[in-house]
Amino acid sequence: MDSQNTFWKSAVKNGLLAGAIGLYSTLVGLVQAFNKRAVIEQLSLGHITLLLSWGVVAYVFLNHHRESESKGKLIAAGALVGGLGAFLVALLPMTAQWVDYHFVFVHAGPEMYSLLTFGKGPWLGSAMLVAVGALWGILIALVVSLPTFWRDSVVKAFLITITVGLLSDLFTGMTIGWMFQPFLGVEGLNILGAVLVFGLSIAYDYWSAHRKPKESAEAVATEPAGVTKSQLRRMVVGALALVVVAGLPLLLGSYLSHVLNMVGLYTIMGLGLNIVVGYAGLLDLGYVAFFALGAYTMGLLTSTGPLGIAHWTFWEAVPFSILVAMVAGILLGVPVLRMRGDYLAIVTLGFGEIIRILALSNWLKPLIGGAQGILLIPKPPLFGFKIQTPIHFYYLILVGIGIAAFVAYRLRESRLGRAWMAMREDEDVAEAMGIDLVVTKLTAFAFGASFSGLAGAIFASYVGSIFPHSFNLLISINVLSLIIVGGVGSMPGVFVGSLALVGLPELLREFAEYRMLIYGLSLIAMMLLKPEGFWPEPIRKRELREEVGD
Amino acid sequence: MEPILIAKGVTKRFGGLVAVNNLDFTIERGSIASVIGPNGAGKTTFFNCITGFYTPEEGKIIFDGREIQGLTPDRVTRMGIARTYQNIRLFSNMTALENIMVGRHPLMRHQWWDAILHTRRYKREEQEALEAARRLLNFVGLQGLGDQLARNLPYGAQRRLEIARALASEPKLLLLDEPTAGMNPQETSEMIRFIRHLRDELGLSILLIEHDMKVVMTISEKIAVMDFGKKIAEGKPEEIQRNPRVIEAYLGRGAASGIGKATATA
Repeated sequence: MDSQNTFWKSAVKNGLLAGAIGLYSTLVGLVQAFNKRAVIEQLSLGHITLLLSWGVVAYVFLNHHRESESKGKLIAAGALVGGLGAFLVALLPMTAQWVDYHFVFVHAGPEMYSLLTFGKGPWLGSAMLVAVGALWGILIALVVSLPTFWRDSVVKAFLITITVGLLSDLFTGMTIGWMFQPFLGVEGLNILGAVLVFGLSIAYDYWSAHRKPKESAEAVATEPAGVTKSQLRRMVVGALALVVVAGLPLLLGSYLSHVLNMVGLYTIMGLGLNIVVGYAGLLDLGYVAFFALGAYTMGLLTSTGPLGIAHWTFWEAVPFSILVAMVAGILLGVPVLRMRGDYLAIVTLGFGEIIRILALSNWLKPLIGGAQGILLIPKPPLFGFKIQTPIHFYYLILVGIGIAAFVAYRLRESRLGRAWMAMREDEDVAEAMGIDLVVTKLTAFAFGASFSGLAGAIFASYVGSIFPHSFNLLISINVLSLIIVGGVGSMPGVFVGSLALVGLPELLREFAEYRMLIYGLSLIAMMLLKPEGFWPEPIRKRELREEVGD
Repeated sequence: MEPILIAKGVTKRFGGLVAVNNLDFTIERGSIASVIGPNGAGKTTFFNCITGFYTPEEGKIIFDGREIQGLTPDRVTRMGIARTYQNIRLFSNMTALENIMVGRHPLMRHQWWDAILHTRRYKREEQEALEAARRLLNFVGLQGLGDQLARNLPYGAQRRLEIARALASEPKLLLLDEPTAGMNPQETSEMIRFIRHLRDELGLSILLIEHDMKVVMTISEKIAVMDFGKKIAEGKPEEIQRNPRVIEAYLGRGAASGIGKATATA
């Protein structure tokens, strides 16, 4: 009897929580702003935000009681949580005639109420909203009571469908966009597309779950001589990946290539900071400084404007950009050699700001242009051809990533790389193992900075003009976050992190106002649910395999 | 032959506290020596003075004919001293094999450009390091566990891995800080055999800090007893067991260090 009471009590509590989250996202204007984006037919991102705010709470709650309660009770509780959540939100339009919410919450107003009530007036509309909430709760209860495999598969398919719908601009933006037309609405997926994506996701799960045993058996039976099956498969996959990567910008078109370029520049920086933070464990919050130094060096050396001092080409200036950043990295490294953890972070933070403020200062204005920055930075020439459009730059940046990844990988697999990691794990013990901490730290700073200098140099040439405000603290934070999201110390993780933290926000530009909110929420969720990152560093297996280098 | 290590009048102070007070100690080549004493007697501080983690205020430490006091730990290690820690300090997010390869750092010469270009030197050294690491893994009886993360290894294996890591630098003198701490009697006697084996096989000189009297009395050829930073006795195990000052230092303060049992049963 007692446990029954607690169950219903906590159902009510969760309903209130769902309502509170729904109310919050409504009142800050999130739902309304997101309503402009259709995801699946008429279903907008605003609707989905509300549904998710109730749905997540209901899912977590019901899932917790999945084993202990009967199906009927789960359904009833689902209806209660969803209905109560919706009811709290529905209170807004119902009471709007007596209370002036707009006075406090600027987003509240007739437009919002009509959105919440499907344009059917406060009473009928609110009843509908509550009904939708309750039905949604029941649906979630039904999903929760499915067998584990199907439950996970359905949840995953649902999330994937929403994501695809949200990113459907990607498809229309492509040069082969017409191929996807049958599955797209005016905006977002149409019903056919949604069903297809949902179905495909579940089919894939089913397929991968049922073929696993076969593959592991295959892996056990290793073939001793010649090219093994898995090696062959890897080569084929690698070749395919290469073709896709090379052809991508032609498929994606100019705008999406630009987005990819930004992802690419952040990837280069991420690979560099990954050496400093991920391998060597030195928390650097002023990483943007080296990016700025690389960009300004490129600007000064190549600009055809009044500030240009050398009128060099991109290719002549790149080594200097890298070198200047590298030297700056070492110079920063020297005073912080004895610092650890938090102290190091604060000092590097200060260093980043100093560089930005110097760039802004009147003192250096005659040299580097102060707030007006450096203009007229030429594009890189290439055998009489000019690297100009985002699509051209895509390949340049790809080469940059290739070099950075190559260097980072080879360093990692060396005495120096192991020294970095040992230092990250335990600085005192690393020193007791004969590792010279001064050299090891300075090389980490130098390599990290040089990657950032390379990214800065390409960036300067890419955008053609640079201003101090392009080099703010947020870039350092972004690069650090993408490393954490991808998985600290993991090279593929850097790329995944840049896609998630640079690519996605770029595609969701219209929500700029709420970008930091979503960003923060997803970082918190990430840290709670998957603290090792999306693509953590794999463990190198080498005890029994003969392989050193290539 | 001259001793491998000579400490003369070593003194280390922390503010007003004299942690090591005018300590003299020598370790003969190829011998197993121990430092014992109650908690807080200054044993680990003395260790840290030898390895360069602390710089003694006074005195000299002569290793293999050269003065090493005041050198940084990495340079001391490169001269041929390796150590383990009382509370195991492995690189926990690296594999066992990688841990050992880090230990080999002082013997490797290749630079970052060698690594990027995969020069001959890089390839040769990496191959050697990998082979040496595998050999050491077998030597300490951890074959098959090389690709496990250090933190996932069982306790006893972690202890042995720490020794393997120390051995990877091919030291002349090995410092073991309580190698049997937290082990059951069977593991302890295995460790005793292993330490002997180390000395006999590899010709190392070994300095132990140990609390377990059974261990100390069984394997040491020479024992120094410390109390309040001072050496209060030195000699062969039998002499130490009979020394009244030692018994007083341990039993007088009622420290539950096990020497009571050890001397009672001896």
